[in-house]
Amino acid sequence: MRLILRRLIFYAIAAWVALTISFFLPRVMPGNPVQEAISRATQSGVCNLQCVNAIRLELGFGVHTSIWVQYLQFWGNLFHGDLGSSWTQGNQPVTTLIAQYLPWTIGLLGVATVISFVLGTFIGIVMGWLRGSWLDWLMPVTTFFQAIPYFLLALVLIMFFGETAHLLHLLPSSGGYDVYTVAPGLSWDYVWSIVSHAVLPAATVVLASMAGFILGMRNQMITTMDEDYVLLARAKGLPRRRVVWYAARNALLPSVSNFSIAISLVVAGQLLVELVFNYPGIGYHLFKAVEDLDYVLVQGIFLVVVVVVLVANLLADLVYVMIDPRARQEAAA
Amino acid sequence: MSTGITTTLAETPLAGAAPQPRRSPVRSRALRLPRSPKVIAGLAILAVFAVIAVIGPMIAPYSPNETGVYCRTACSGAQAAAAWLQTIVVHPAEQVCNTAGICFGSPAVLAFVPKPPSSAHWLGTTVFAQDVWSQLLVSTRATLLVGFIAGAIATALSVLVGVTAGYLGGNADEGLSLLSNVFLAIPGLPLLIVLASYVPSAGANVIIIALIVAATGWAYGARVLRAQTLSLRNRDFVEAARVSGEGRLRIIVVEVLPNLLPIVASTFLFTTLYAVGAYVALAFLGLAGAPNATPAGLWNWGEMLQQAYPQNAVASGWWWWWLPPGFCIALLGMGLALLNFGIDEFVNPRLRAAGLSRRSARRAGISFRPRLGITPVMHRRGTVAQQRATAGAGADGGGAQGPPA
Repeated sequence: MRLILRRLIFYAIAAWVALTISFFLPRVMPGNPVQEAISRATQSGVCNLQCVNAIRLELGFGVHTSIWVQYLQFWGNLFHGDLGSSWTQGNQPVTTLIAQYLPWTIGLLGVATVISFVLGTFIGIVMGWLRGSWLDWLMPVTTFFQAIPYFLLALVLIMFFGETAHLLHLLPSSGGYDVYTVAPGLSWDYVWSIVSHAVLPAATVVLASMAGFILGMRNQMITTMDEDYVLLARAKGLPRRRVVWYAARNALLPSVSNFSIAISLVVAGQLLVELVFNYPGIGYHLFKAVEDLDYVLVQGIFLVVVVVVLVANLLADLVYVMIDPRARQEAAA
Repeated sequence: MSTGITTTLAETPLAGAAPQPRRSPVRSRALRLPRSPKVIAGLAILAVFAVIAVIGPMIAPYSPNETGVYCRTACSGAQAAAAWLQTIVVHPAEQVCNTAGICFGSPAVLAFVPKPPSSAHWLGTTVFAQDVWSQLLVSTRATLLVGFIAGAIATALSVLVGVTAGYLGGNADEGLSLLSNVFLAIPGLPLLIVLASYVPSAGANVIIIALIVAATGWAYGARVLRAQTLSLRNRDFVEAARVSGEGRLRIIVVEVLPNLLPIVASTFLFTTLYAVGAYVALAFLGLAGAPNATPAGLWNWGEMLQQAYPQNAVASGWWWWWLPPGFCIALLGMGLALLNFGIDEFVNPRLRAAGLSRRSARRAGISFRPRLGITPVMHRRGTVAQQRATAGAGADGGGAQGPPA
């Protein structure tokens, strides 16, 4: 329990730092949201002092309160679940909006990450085990996929498989489901529409993120195979599958503990992929909000992204505790 | 183990064994890196891009912002050849209607679409009647500059934080490690987007955009460097310097840092890779300033994609507009990654022998006997005859033979 508790405290600190940054940024940066809102209001009429004060209050900037009081209010609102309201979405509360966006992102991210991690780790094990064989041809390919940005891969996939593009007309490449023909609800059509619309975005995330898992696992596997216990297992005449399993289990540990670095890259990549596919998750709406200078929504979505990444980290920690006996012992102590 | 397949990534591990009197030991150690084909390929890619970055704007046939002429009506002959856009006629029958009865594509008769590659426009034109080849050449400079400057700034930060934490230890280490771990856990790109959205004019200045990118990219390098510094700080030579009364700063700069150089280089490469990706992503999102805005943003590959994608370049099959910048991004990334692998293999020799295939090994006069658990042993030519006999018979077990007799 102590280990988990320590990690929890660490994530609390990380969340605090991230949110504090997102609180102070708009207040020190030149492109001040208040100025933006005032110039927006001026377009539809004169914005007098009363209007300016209303805008300041609405954006959580306060009228005569010091920045520290505002900071306390910010946390107070946060703990009440109040993230403000979005002016572009008809003044709906940001929490309501995010509740609509989040399931799309979590669903896509969860499925894609699990597939990518499992498949990538497996391929990495095989490539590490069979180093020097024809499988090494995969190395340049993997390097290539690791080097290209997610959104670029998304464009290429749309070109080849997208319904709107000219090549194969295979899969839908825009939106979360077909808004013209399918009504949301518990029907097979709806589920099928969601699944078929998720194939290309998920394939993008899987292909782009798998390379990192493959290369990490391969290098770790090669290093692990030089260990004495693997030689001993061989010398004892254990079946090859058992030997690979011994080596792989130990090679897996750094891979899981590096998951935290991977996951924030995957999340960042997926946000862009959502934009390319017009996928109605938080990434797509984050960019729309940035475009519309809807800072309240931007701040709210940033908060959610941070929380999602930190929760994914925590899950990886729990898995690590489960598979590493040393960590298990420490956690039990 | 497959026989008969040659890996291009093969190296010749024997090279070090041959005496090379021309070089001093230090020099040959420094020069060992470029021998790997990966490193050579990576360096070549980077060199080509570096040259284009310098001379690109000079050799570009047009200005990237230059808008060419096009026919206002359907035209033919010399007029059509000189135009920067082609005119196509869209018949009302080509309208696309969905099941809800909403139709796309107006019944307008004329449409202006980009021209595919030709001798006048090597990479065709954009829908704005601009020359893609010129844009690609000009864009190289800003993309590379931002990548490398951001990489350099982030690396400097990593060295500062990582080495300080590793060498000082104690509370300083606790604090700095916590800081870098926190920045590692906070998702970088969203933070970058939030940052860039508050500085709308950042795209006009290479240094500012590089600083913004570097602010989110230093943490991983700091962690790696800290770990390596920890393992160095108690080595004998550092201890000796400490006992002989050297100052803390001098020990770090003269004793510790030179031993971290490969890792610093690797940190620089992967932060540059990250920086290029982040800059291109920011530009793709339209957060790095448009070239026609005031202050004018810089032309870069992400900006080209940013212009192409909303104009439906992908779906319309105008591949010459968006594939070249995409390909350049991928190629530059690959060059950086290959170079990084070369350094990885330099630092961790276990990874190095992995690229040795049997045929290239035989060509180099080495018998290569893959064996489990041990880095493959290279025998000199003297014993090749009997080695090859056994290797040929038993090598197909995926390293399943016992120890050598």
